[in-house]
Amino acid sequence: MAQVDYSRSNWLPHVILWIGLFITAFPLYVTFVASTLTPTEIAQTPMQMYPSLQGVDNYATAFSKGSAGTYLSPPAMTLLFNSLIVALVVTFGKIAVSLISAYAVVFFRFPGRMFFFWMIFITLMLPVEVRILPTYKVVTDLNLINSYAGLTLPLIASATATLLFRQFFMTIPDELVEAAKIDGAGPMRFFKDVVIPLSRTNIAAMFVILFIYGWNQYLWPLLITTSNSLDVIVVAIKKMIGTGAEPTDWHIVMATTILALIPPVLVIVAMQKSFVKGLTDTEK
Amino acid sequence: MDRRVIFSNKLLPYLLLAPQLAVTLVFFFWPAGQAIQMSVMEQDAFGLTKTFVGLANFKELFNDPEYLKTFWRTIIFSGAVAICALVPALLFALMAERVVRGATFYRTILVLPYAIAPAVAGVLWLFMFSPSVGIVAYWLKKLGIDWNPKLDGNDAMLLVIMAAAWKQISYNFLFFLAGLQSIPKALLEAASIDGAGEWRKFRTIIFPLLSPTTFFLLVVNIVYAFFDTFGIIDAVTSGGPAKATEVLVYKVYYDGVVALNLGTSSAQSVILMVIVILLTAVQFRYVEKKVHY
Repeated sequence: MAQVDYSRSNWLPHVILWIGLFITAFPLYVTFVASTLTPTEIAQTPMQMYPSLQGVDNYATAFSKGSAGTYLSPPAMTLLFNSLIVALVVTFGKIAVSLISAYAVVFFRFPGRMFFFWMIFITLMLPVEVRILPTYKVVTDLNLINSYAGLTLPLIASATATLLFRQFFMTIPDELVEAAKIDGAGPMRFFKDVVIPLSRTNIAAMFVILFIYGWNQYLWPLLITTSNSLDVIVVAIKKMIGTGAEPTDWHIVMATTILALIPPVLVIVAMQKSFVKGLTDTEK
Repeated sequence: MDRRVIFSNKLLPYLLLAPQLAVTLVFFFWPAGQAIQMSVMEQDAFGLTKTFVGLANFKELFNDPEYLKTFWRTIIFSGAVAICALVPALLFALMAERVVRGATFYRTILVLPYAIAPAVAGVLWLFMFSPSVGIVAYWLKKLGIDWNPKLDGNDAMLLVIMAAAWKQISYNFLFFLAGLQSIPKALLEAASIDGAGEWRKFRTIIFPLLSPTTFFLLVVNIVYAFFDTFGIIDAVTSGGPAKATEVLVYKVYYDGVVALNLGTSSAQSVILMVIVILLTAVQFRYVEKKVHY
């Protein structure tokens, strides 16, 4: 490995990167500080820039009571639970249906194979945002409004995950398939004992991307739930912010915001390698 | 590319495809079909009768100055988000590629916004810039800048652009970093030996070699700004003040869900579908090219 010349302008990259860190972290820091202050302290201008011990109370209130105000939010405990259910069902659902459909497309020949593959592929071009009303109508007709099924099922198809797994399955050597056949292993046996274990890193990569996708859903849960007790945390935070008539409980909103950030941030930090792989592999 | 060795079951592949196809048909194709169908229908105020009106809904849209304004606003918004998210990301990636010490630390922090929901990112920025409690709004006031995104449409637009760009920098940063790491070091060393300065190396080697990545990111960022920023806009401005931040996706939502105007909302959905199809086509054409070069 050739070494680049580090003696010259060694400090400049660090300075610029620290500016980047500041831009990235400052909004998070302000939110964290606000989540630890009393309402009076937040209302003071300028707001103090270091956390206070009041935070313990704020988090306890947010977690077990929620915010008062026009929107009677459920406690963050409930909100986090709803978000977790949605994120996990969407993540595992997408991974499961994508794994088996990619397996079908790669390891079998059957009439309509490419047609079905294209059908899945085309869903890339139909994001929720462009079919808001009709999808809502379908979900109402199926009586899935205000249910976990309504929140998660419509999100479970995944063209990106199917494409990624298909890509990977095509690199599995033919010899492995032949060996399995000679040993008398059927297709499901081969799937369970060879394909799934080989796909571990790809599954982990998809897990990070899809968990964040599921956790951060906004428009869909906003449409599909009319009962507050089914709100996911991201939607609830928006609803907690007063529209003018009622003052906003900023200290509770900020504590709830921090609670809402923690799970996806933990996933991304803990699984950073998988995350980068998932991101760069699926989008290419 | 097809596999040589395969399994020969007849029924099994259909069973394996069934779950995904069921979800796709029920929640993607059926609603998309309905959107197309409703876009050529007019429904009376009580939702009792529907009449076929051909392309009247589309004509009405394109003759509606409000819709055209929303269209332009969306283009300006998307362009601004893409530029504000791409330029700093490229700069940070260039710098991150040079540092040895602390590289992981920098990267870990810089990618955090990716994990944050658009609506939550919106709330963070809303709070910082809130005229009544925000710390940045306070600084702006100290500097004598009149700032009120609740009343001033330009301030509101600026705020949603900043929040949307902030969230997207992480993504661009990672892709630029990957792009930079694939540039052969020998090329840069040769240029150094020939006496090329940093700027010249960037202009003549790095930037051209990064152009596929940049183009790809440009498309992705535009798609992001078009569709994924709904949460940011809803949380920060709800499209206001006086529709100053209403972009296409927000208008579909507002006209359909809030104003319950099914015909125009569906026609708008169809227009958005066409836009996504075009953007996806551009993106995949690029991918094809890249694979073959």
